[in-house]
Amino acid sequence: MPITKYTKEHEWISVDGDVATIGITAHAAEQLGDVVFVEVPEVGRAVTAGEACAVVESVKAASDVYAPISGEVIEANAELAGRPAAVNEGPEGGGWFFKLRLSNAGELSALMDRAAYDQFVKDNA
Amino acid sequence: MAERPAATPEPLKRTPLYDLHVAAGARMVPFAGYEMPVQYPMGVLKEHLWTREKAGLFDVAHMGLCFLQGPDHDTTARALESLVPADIVNLKPAQQRYTQLLAEDGGILDDLMVTRSPGPVEDGNLVLVVNAACKDADYAHIRTRLPDTVKLFVTDRRALLALQGPAAAAVLARHIPGIDQLAFMSGTFASLLGQTVFVTRSGYTGEDGFEIAVPDTDAPAIWQNLASEPEVAPIGLGARDSLRLEAGLCLYGHDIDTSTSPIEANLQWSIQKRRRAEGGFPGAARIQRELADGPARKRVGIRPEGRAPAREGTEILSADGEPIGNITSGGFGPSVNGPVAMGYVSAEHATPGTRLQLVVRGKPMPAEVATLPFVSHRYFRGARS
Repeated sequence: MPITKYTKEHEWISVDGDVATIGITAHAAEQLGDVVFVEVPEVGRAVTAGEACAVVESVKAASDVYAPISGEVIEANAELAGRPAAVNEGPEGGGWFFKLRLSNAGELSALMDRAAYDQFVKDNA
Repeated sequence: MAERPAATPEPLKRTPLYDLHVAAGARMVPFAGYEMPVQYPMGVLKEHLWTREKAGLFDVAHMGLCFLQGPDHDTTARALESLVPADIVNLKPAQQRYTQLLAEDGGILDDLMVTRSPGPVEDGNLVLVVNAACKDADYAHIRTRLPDTVKLFVTDRRALLALQGPAAAAVLARHIPGIDQLAFMSGTFASLLGQTVFVTRSGYTGEDGFEIAVPDTDAPAIWQNLASEPEVAPIGLGARDSLRLEAGLCLYGHDIDTSTSPIEANLQWSIQKRRRAEGGFPGAARIQRELADGPARKRVGIRPEGRAPAREGTEILSADGEPIGNITSGGFGPSVNGPVAMGYVSAEHATPGTRLQLVVRGKPMPAEVATLPFVSHRYFRGARS
């Protein structure tokens, strides 16, 4: 059973064994508006927690997507380059950005669960 | 020792339409000292495309509306001509022109629209629309330079709305019969919901459309009336920006400012022949020299290859990798369905088709100088003038 955690930068990370799938939350997608460009990291790249490793752009602005935890990129969502709108359609599903093989599962404990993230969004509205 | 208290930021102002924007679910953002709608629930992309297909209604009540009043047109026009490079004297009654307030060195203090009063009763009046962020400085600049016989009056009891898009004329003609025959770049007084309004056939989207100055107390009712038309949707600042960028139009503070001259900015079309020859405006010597010899750098359109937008501030390199300028406006063009940008490059790289590189997130990205506008203007060219 995968567990899902959230960051203050509005990424979600769903962890199943030592593989984590990362995307942006529905709240983040809604705030961005129509996504027109996505750049995902190269497979094989080693990233550390908090490192900017993907880019998401709306008509108005560009935003970085950060690695919530450290690991190695093992897959990137190839669909997003041709169809960035997939992020708006299913930010917490088909609009995922990339997958990491975790190098330090302990980093997960620093992230928020759903209830804490929802509260965080509410407090920062 | 105690820290000096920080200056309190000025509270944001609101236009008369603020409550309607909030009720419509708009996302409000600070812009030029105002709380303005950046987008409605439709979203920037669809708002942009809607405007190009039907008609968009814009709150531009933050902009500065004022008029100059003098004894006759010639006196008022000559007073303004001492500050701007356009031919104002030869404006016909009701005719409108785009121009720039210039600094002594020919840099641009602001850009503005000027309309000569349509009727003989108000002849000697010129209606000015200036940028929100510049308006107080503009008014002070103009006032201190006017002769005693010409006065500037700020029209702060009027709110400006814009209705833009291919359906704008048909929609507005339902409320103001015959307004669809108003010539491009001209103005008229009209009656709308029983109120006297001033309508010009102009805008900043590249589409046919109107700007309508209405009494501020009637602005909400007029807005609701126009917004209830089936072809009309309210459009926020986000789409306003992408529309004007695709149309190749300058945004003050980004594509033009005190460091750019109108010739560098590729606005020489806005300086008529008589003024080019006679001068008599701030920075005339520089502008005449740049007209004769060509400026050292020019504003151009830029098409990045691929899908990644190049934003304002992006460094522009020549094909050989030499720095030649910066992007001043850049983003995604919904009608172009790809990234579009404008920026300044040294003159030898300004020809359309010239290969460039843009440094996006540290990596050089191929791009090309493009002809402006990215999307053809569809201004009203029919009917009487």
